[in-house]
Order: sequence, then structure tokens, then C-alpha cells
Amino acid sequence: MDGITAQLLGLQIFTGLALGAIYVLLAVGLSLIFGMLTVVNFAHGAFFMVGAYAGYSLYQIFPNFWICLIGVPVITGAIGLLVERFLVRPLYGRGIDYPLLLTFGLAYVMVELVRMGYGKQGLPFDTPAALQDSVDVFVGQFPAYRIFVIVVTAIILVGLWFFIEKTSFGLIIRAGARDPSIVRILGIDITKVWLIVFGLGTGIAGLAGVLSAPLQGITPEMGGSVLIISFVVTVVGGMGSLVGAVIAGLLVGVVESLAVLFFPEGAKVSMFVIMALVLLVKPQGLFGRSGLMS
Amino acid sequence: MNIIRKWAHAFCAAASLSTSVAYAQIPPIKIGLPVPLTGPYGAEAKDQVKNAELAVKEFNDAGGLNGRKAELLVRDDKLNPGEAATRALELIEKDKANFIVGGLSAATQLAINNVTKQRKVIYISISQSDVINESSDFSRYTFHEALNPHMTTQAVGHYAFKKGMRIAFLTADYAYGQEMTRGFTRVAKEMGAEVVGELKHPLGSSDYSTFLPRLQALKPDILVFNNFGRDNQVSIKQATDFGMKKSMKFVTPIMTYTSRLAAGPHVYEGVVGGTSYFWSIEDKTASAKTFNDQYKASNDGVYPSDYGSMAYSAVKSLLAAVKTAGTADTEKVADALASLKYDTYKGQQYYRACDHQSVQSVLIIESNSKEARNPADVFKVLQVVSGSEKLLRECTELGFK
Repeated sequence: MDGITAQLLGLQIFTGLALGAIYVLLAVGLSLIFGMLTVVNFAHGAFFMVGAYAGYSLYQIFPNFWICLIGVPVITGAIGLLVERFLVRPLYGRGIDYPLLLTFGLAYVMVELVRMGYGKQGLPFDTPAALQDSVDVFVGQFPAYRIFVIVVTAIILVGLWFFIEKTSFGLIIRAGARDPSIVRILGIDITKVWLIVFGLGTGIAGLAGVLSAPLQGITPEMGGSVLIISFVVTVVGGMGSLVGAVIAGLLVGVVESLAVLFFPEGAKVSMFVIMALVLLVKPQGLFGRSGLMS
Repeated sequence: MNIIRKWAHAFCAAASLSTSVAYAQIPPIKIGLPVPLTGPYGAEAKDQVKNAELAVKEFNDAGGLNGRKAELLVRDDKLNPGEAATRALELIEKDKANFIVGGLSAATQLAINNVTKQRKVIYISISQSDVINESSDFSRYTFHEALNPHMTTQAVGHYAFKKGMRIAFLTADYAYGQEMTRGFTRVAKEMGAEVVGELKHPLGSSDYSTFLPRLQALKPDILVFNNFGRDNQVSIKQATDFGMKKSMKFVTPIMTYTSRLAAGPHVYEGVVGGTSYFWSIEDKTASAKTFNDQYKASNDGVYPSDYGSMAYSAVKSLLAAVKTAGTADTEKVADALASLKYDTYKGQQYYRACDHQSVQSVLIIESNSKEARNPADVFKVLQVVSGSEKLLRECTELGFK
């Protein structure tokens, strides 16, 4: 294709990284929940959407984007805690299908509740004034807000890594992922660990939602397409692997972005092609070993 | 004997009463309205419902057709051609609708048209499509109230393009986008402007960031956003975020009132577009003032939108044809519509004979950057391109002999 300069390539890759950042946040939450609880959370996209709406409502009360950024993961995390405690927990021990079906149905319920509460139309969400402009990132003009999203994602990842690797609770999480029965024998209440992890996963999903809101506005259906992407990225990275989620998320984002340059019709399909290729070569995903956290 | 007489009187009275009751049971004139209440065009569709309801109310308040009232049957076609066809069939077969008005995408219009053509039911479409004008989709019973992409691009393109300009397109990859791009390309060629590139995106995309660097690298003077509704809002917002307004002019064939209200002044600032209607023409057009006042009165002071008012015009002109024909009989109403000259809300309109396209004006508008005293004052009308058959494609080009 004509006219592809190094500058354009650079800007396109940068765009892909920004796109990948949201994918990473989503995949990390999903991977956490699967790695620890062996629960396939089909409501993950719905939590993403609820996060965006929670951000909208919170903004009506406190017109400050930063407050919303902190408040939303707390809200969606809390909803996640309730969901785990009262809906998912009764299903433990019955195999992988039951929580899957539960979360699948839960997603529909959440979407309909939001439609009833906020209307079917969707709502606008303004980019915070401080981040509205574009900045020069050497390869071209790039929206300041998207850079902010990359930064927030990086902070969350660092925080998560620190939490899991360096704190005693993180130690319990890693041990519980490796062998839940031994952890129980050691006297630790593994169900409380699962509760917290589920809340953490949904909290991150909600954060991804409120971060996405200024980019595309909010609609009750916004979780649907995002759910598919989260699964693709998680599967490519390896279910249960944090590192895998990060690498896969960025990879998928960059490949999709570059595909638009060279083969635009195939851009949306590119992530599925990657998934197919990875699964053919490494069925457990790039970094996957079911049940482990790194 | 007396008792028999009394009963006979009572019986006759009851009988005469029942015949007048039977008269009042003549079914109302039913107008089916399939529109996409769910999906990305939901806001425009809801507006169309409100406007159609106003037209029906005005008809009924004025006495209807010698006392016979009109009734609107609203259905959700979910922007899906299969659903639209099913809804149209149901309206005709089950609900016994006399006429159909509706369809907010080219694909749903054509799906509805296929049904109505076959069943010989009058159908007035209320959204943009170039295909429905062509001879293969023509029918004596099909009429096209809305602008079509050719008319829109002729008007907007002639206003915005200049000789030597570089033009780039961001196109939604379905009929609307493709037809707009085709129309604009034609105008660019006529005016000596150069089309430097086009990128197509899937309908309903939420992220356009991957398309924008490429479009920016083409260094266009004008970037045309050939998409609609939420796609239009989101793509223009994201392009604004990328700072692209600093180096090029944004143009879009149809800038809707609902999109501008939803996305706000910052996003649409400086964008030039076309539209079928904006309420501010009321200071020069009497029918617009009447229409605006009526609409505001039934809708808490809210002004009517562009796509909404199209539905008003379609239903109002349809009922005017019914009145002229003196009956709801399809054949007579079709004849009346074909020769109708009407001014429902924006000036003179009539249906061209060969393809039943409503000949009407196109407005060129620019978005106002500041919030005005009146929150509805969002556009400035730059030019009114008057309605003439010059805006339309030649009948021969459409396949008519």
C-alpha cells in the first residue's frame, strides 16, 4: 500500500498499544477469576458496562472525573462480591458449567436492568477537560486521554503485580491457585480468598468500563463486543496467567491496528486468526498453565 | 297488544341504535410504522414516532376522513431487514394496515418495499437510499419522502468542495456509507477535486482510532464522515481527540439534530453538513413555523428534528392524499399521491413521476460552537439548496425508459 511512512507506522503501533491497554485490563480480570476460581465469567462484559454507567451516575453526584475513577471499581467490585457470595458460591463443586451458565444469565439481567434504569438509547460521556487535547508523541498527534488510559493500565498492573507477588494475601492467592486443598488444611479460609478475587476481577472490569466511556460514550450493549475480545485475549495469553493477559492484550491491539494499514477488511478478524494460530501451536495459550498466577 | 307494541317500539329503537353503533365500528385508517426503536438509530426512530403521532392527531382533530379517524401502529424493526419484512407482513396481514410508512436504513426500506410491492400496499419510505429510486425497486405504490444520498451529496459536495482540494472519506461499510461516498466522488470529479483515499469501517464500530492515523497521513483538506447516528458522533469525537480538526475540515453528508444534541458543541464544532430540515427556517417558511408550533405544543416546547419531521411529512401528505381521493382505497390514494403538491413543513414538495422521489430542498448547515440562549439553537443554516429535479439522478440513469 502506498504512502506508509515510518512515522505512520509508529503512530499506528502507538494506537494499537492504547487499544490494547483496555483489552489488557479486561483480560486480567477475567484471567484472575478463571485462574483462581475456575469460573468462566460470562458477565465480565456486563460488569464493564455497569462500570461505565456507574461512572455516569457518580459524575452526576460528584462532577469530578477523578472521583469517578476511584469510585467505580469500588462499586463494581462490591457488586462482584455480592454476586460471588450469593450466586456463584452455592455452585462450587458442581463443575465448570454451572457458574458459566449463571454468569451468562446474569449478563442478560444486568443489561436489562440498565436498560430499564437508564433507557435503551445510550448516554454521552465527556472527556475530562484536562485531557481533551492531543499531544505530540514524536510520531504524530495523539489524544491525551488515550495516553492517560495507557498510564492507568500500567499503574493497575504494577499495583496488581505488587499485590500478588509481595503481599501475604497475594501469597495465599498464588498458593490457592496451585493447590486449594492444602491451603484449607493450613487453616486458611479459601472461600474468602475467592470472594476477594472475584471482587477484584469485577472491579478492574468496571474500571475498564469507566475508562472507555469518554472514548465511545456508553450504551447498554457496550459489554457485548468487549466480552468476546476479553475471552480471545485471555485464551491467547493463557487462562490464569497475568503476564499472558498483558502480552496477549497488547499483541491483539497492535496487530488489529496494523491490519487496518495493510488489510483493512481483515482488521476485525485478525484477533481470531491469532487465537486460532496460537491454539493450534499451544492449546493452553502463550503463557497458560491452568491454575497458576504467573 | 299494548305490551307487544311496547316491545316492538323498544325493539325498533334498539335496532336503529345498533345500526348507528355498527357505523361507528368502521375501522380507522391504519398506518403501520416500522422503525428501529432498538439499536444505534433508536433516538432518530423515537423522534419519527412522535412526529408521525402529531400528523395523525392533526388529521383526526380536523375531522378525519368524514369522521373516519386515522390510527398509527408503531413497530420495532430493530434495524434488521428480516425483522422489518416480518413486521411489514404482520401489519398488512394481521393488523390490516392500509398504508405503511417507515424504514430507517436502506436495507430495511428495501425489505419493507419488497413486501408492500407484492401486497400492493402504499409504502412511503423515510430514510436515505439511492437504490429504492431505481427502476427495479419502483412500484406504483412506493414513494420516497426522504432525501437520497445523490441529492444530499450533490448539495453538500457543491458547497464544500473546491477545485484542487484533497478529499478523504471515512465510510461506514453498508449502503448508506457506500452510496454517499459514490455521490461525493462524482461531485469531486465534476468540480476538479482529488479523492486521495477512503477507509471503510464496520457499521456500529465503537473505536475508530486505528483508522485515524492513516487518514491523517493522506493529508486531506476535507475529511468526509460517511456514517450516521452514533457512528457519526463517535467517529467525529475520536477524530477531534486526535487533533485532526487543526489540519482539515470535517464534512458529513447528514448532520442530525439528535446527534448534535447527544454529542455536544465541542465534538461537532466546525463541522459542515447537510440536512433535510432545521427548525430555524421558520423565519422564512410559513409551514415550518406552523409545524414547529404544533410540535412544541404537544412535546413540552421541544423542537422537531430532521428525521422526525420526515415522518411527519410522510404521514401528513399521505393523509392529505387520502382526503383528496376521498377514500382510503389504495389505487385512488396512489393516484392522489403521485400528483400531490404539498407543503407540510419546509416548502413546496412533490413526487417526481418516474421514481416517486420527493423533490425538495437540501439545507447546508454548520454546527454552532457555543451553547446559545436557546438550547435548540445548535445549527446555522449556511445555504438552502432549493428543491429541483437537477439534484436528482436522471430517470434514464435509474433504468427508466
